[in-house]
Amino acid sequence: MSLLSTEGLTVRIAGRTLLDGIDLDIDAGELIGLIGPNGAGKSTLIKALVGLVAHQGRVLYRGRPITRLSRGERARALSYLSQENQVQWPIRVEELVELGRFPHRMGWSDRWMGGQAASAAEADRSAVERALRAADVWDLRSRRVDRLSGGERARARLARVLAVEAPVLLADEPVAALDPRHQLEVMALLRSHCRAGGGAVVVLHDLTLASRFCDRLLLLHHGRRIAAGEVQSVLSMQNLSSVYGIEALFGRHDGQDYVVPWTSASSGERKA
Amino acid sequence: MTSTPVVVRETTADAPRMARSRLLTLGLFCLLLALSLASLGFGAAPLSWAEVLGGLFGLGSEQHRLIVTEIRLPRVLLAWLLGAALGMSGAALQGLLRNPLAEPGLLGISSSAGLGAVLALYCGLTALSIWALPVSAMMAALLATLLLYGLTRGGASNLTLILAGIALSSLAGALTSLALNLAPNPASLQDIVLWLLGSIADRSLADVRLVLPFVLLGLGLLLAAAPALTLLSLGEGEASSLGVHLSRVRALIIGGSALSVGACVSVTGTIGFVGLVVPHLLRGLVGHRPGALLLPSAIGGAVLVLAADLLIRLLDTPRELMLGVVTALVGAPFFMALVLKSRGGML
Repeated sequence: MSLLSTEGLTVRIAGRTLLDGIDLDIDAGELIGLIGPNGAGKSTLIKALVGLVAHQGRVLYRGRPITRLSRGERARALSYLSQENQVQWPIRVEELVELGRFPHRMGWSDRWMGGQAASAAEADRSAVERALRAADVWDLRSRRVDRLSGGERARARLARVLAVEAPVLLADEPVAALDPRHQLEVMALLRSHCRAGGGAVVVLHDLTLASRFCDRLLLLHHGRRIAAGEVQSVLSMQNLSSVYGIEALFGRHDGQDYVVPWTSASSGERKA
Repeated sequence: MTSTPVVVRETTADAPRMARSRLLTLGLFCLLLALSLASLGFGAAPLSWAEVLGGLFGLGSEQHRLIVTEIRLPRVLLAWLLGAALGMSGAALQGLLRNPLAEPGLLGISSSAGLGAVLALYCGLTALSIWALPVSAMMAALLATLLLYGLTRGGASNLTLILAGIALSSLAGALTSLALNLAPNPASLQDIVLWLLGSIADRSLADVRLVLPFVLLGLGLLLAAAPALTLLSLGEGEASSLGVHLSRVRALIIGGSALSVGACVSVTGTIGFVGLVVPHLLRGLVGHRPGALLLPSAIGGAVLVLAADLLIRLLDTPRELMLGVVTALVGAPFFMALVLKSRGGML
């Protein structure tokens, strides 16, 4: 049984169809890359998976419709990282990451007495520490989030998402603000989450990273599925030119194929 | 990328932070008690501390008891309730709207309650029963809340909420002006204006009893939203993905603010800026966590209102200054400073 799957997932908002009949299966152990030009419906798909936008069709978690899960069950199953790299109040990194433990302590007293519950259980503490270390923000844990660089903040937010310790990670452009080293580390981290038996759907604009790290890709355009499956078949020369309007270089290193976007199809240097 | 859970207790600053948050609450509470005692002891009739305490606990003479419990105590208790309602509502609304400039007045609840009171004064209902004014004000606050809820029902955004609040308070303001414009005689005009300025002087324990259940219920609703407020630091999408029920949180906070502030305004008149200033002064002291800010803001609000009221009595001006005037005089420059500061960077 798939970890997470969709059947004919369709999202219409104010008469506009943002997603049109998407079928997707995410198996345990798989890192799925979600790619497509701006406005293709990538973020909408992620939000529909988390249950943030009303949808038709079905989203199933381990075979159960997510609409039948309780809020707590859903929050423990799916961990979501949004696109905005912002935290509203200047709280400290550690406090930010602790918020990820909320779904695990939704007991009566916690819900009523405050999310700042005094004694986070030992399990929560070690989960928070694991997340801080995994996202390489352990040393920043006492800093205020407004005093971090964009990249540091992105990693702190990723640590918050990891602290949920949910089987499925849904990340909307997790590497957009990062320098190359941290991009590679974050992608490796997501992949190791999957290798450990989890699953992840990651929105990416960087096709090179997508080809390097993802097990399968889903290419969206105008809310429709253009291609899905193995990296090589999705990132074909034909798809890249018809969807993105670009030409790319294809290479192979250490038995792995990679793609480097090279020129826009309309530009004059296409013969270069 | 180790996964060995070492002992974290020493490395996280959790314990001292909690202690500091509690210490702040405790400190504010002590300050509140001290101010309350000062307020009970200070007045036209010179009473010794023993006489004040005796009167408070019913041990002294009947005359002292009357002065302390019938004249001075209602003033102190109303300051507590009003300050708590304004302070906590302000903190909750700032957290919900994720905007440091939000306050209860923004939702139009205060001005609607004010309109209800003005209508009662205008129509002369106050001559019929002492309950006419507060009940009329509370009904208006309730009506405004329902209207606000109707306008923002079904997943409306925070911007919609703010706009609806502004529309509501402009409407209430316009109707209040109309009542002033058409006021039948100078006496009722003066009644209306004096009431609008806001005061906690010359109120009775009956007023306190009328307001108390609504304020307590309102504060309870607001406290129930505390954990969700902290999670909202992540933005609505991520908070919702962690199990926060957004529309329920919004209903709790609108309802809680309307109940507590609406009830107070029905007895004290409109008093501004407390809900804006207090959460601001205290936010840094609780590490900017919106959920942890609620309780200190309630106590801090009570401290501020009581201090302002005490100041009014100490100043001994030829005509006693109105509480709403003093809070506005202190609050408005603070607001301007805030605007200047917020231009400079985040918050």
